[in-house]
Amino acid sequence: MKVRVDVMLKTGVLDPQGEAVRHALGNLGFDGVEGVRQGKVIELELAAGTSEDTVKDMCEKLLANTVIENYTIEVL
Amino acid sequence: MKAAVIVFPGSNCDRDLAVAFEKAGADVTMVWHKDTHLPEGLDIVGVPGGFSFGDYLRCGAIAAQSPITKSLIRHTERGGYALGICNGFQVLTETGILPGALMRNSNLKFICKPVDLKVESTESAFTQAYTLGQKITVPVAHHDGNYNVTPEKLEQLRDEGRIAFTYVDNPNGSTGDIAGVISKNRRVLGMMPHPERAVDENHGGTDGQAMFRGVMDALVSA
Repeated sequence: MKVRVDVMLKTGVLDPQGEAVRHALGNLGFDGVEGVRQGKVIELELAAGTSEDTVKDMCEKLLANTVIENYTIEVL
Repeated sequence: MKAAVIVFPGSNCDRDLAVAFEKAGADVTMVWHKDTHLPEGLDIVGVPGGFSFGDYLRCGAIAAQSPITKSLIRHTERGGYALGICNGFQVLTETGILPGALMRNSNLKFICKPVDLKVESTESAFTQAYTLGQKITVPVAHHDGNYNVTPEKLEQLRDEGRIAFTYVDNPNGSTGDIAGVISKNRRVLGMMPHPERAVDENHGGTDGQAMFRGVMDALVSA
């Protein structure tokens, strides 16, 4: 089974990279880009039947730093 | 004083840190990250700067899962001393030994230069040889030194006097200009600037010496 984990900075945590992308889009002439947040996508190839709780555990222990990041899990 | 310096793949300030401890009079053992136990009778563990595991995933995230790191966590839980510098600070936050997280510098640039720090607390082995409010000059060399804590946590750190150093001219966007923080029991210090690169006249400055001297004094008299 394939599982996709999205890791994003929490709301309120300033994202310097996202800000730089927003500026760059503005410089390219794209008006109206009001905000950019940059995150990570992690795809996991897991043994069939792996529980979502196990994936959650992976996120809590390693894949995300829950001090500054949130994560969402999607079974593909 | 017995010190150990942990070496991860990608550590590059491990020898500098060992030399700084030695110059202060410590016996230093280098410990590979795959070792499962720190040496017996250790007074302090140094977690050095560098780019452990190529900064993959997040700076310090993979090193925080190394076998030796479990032993480091036990050492600090027992009240042992630890000093994490630069990548070492990132490892200490990733393990949860110290609060907060270190993010990409706000200007997105790798910053490598001497910076002025203000000593915010002298109530720790690491900072007792400085005077409160003293300005010291220590080099920084990092891409991810932007210290992030919630406003509530910042207030708590201030109330508990756990901010060791602040930047005089904040180079990286750190919350509250924080350059280094102390653990609740005041025996663990994490900081982005490199005091071990300021212990010899040939380094261009010796403002880091007092940190190692302070640790030595505290641990020898303990």
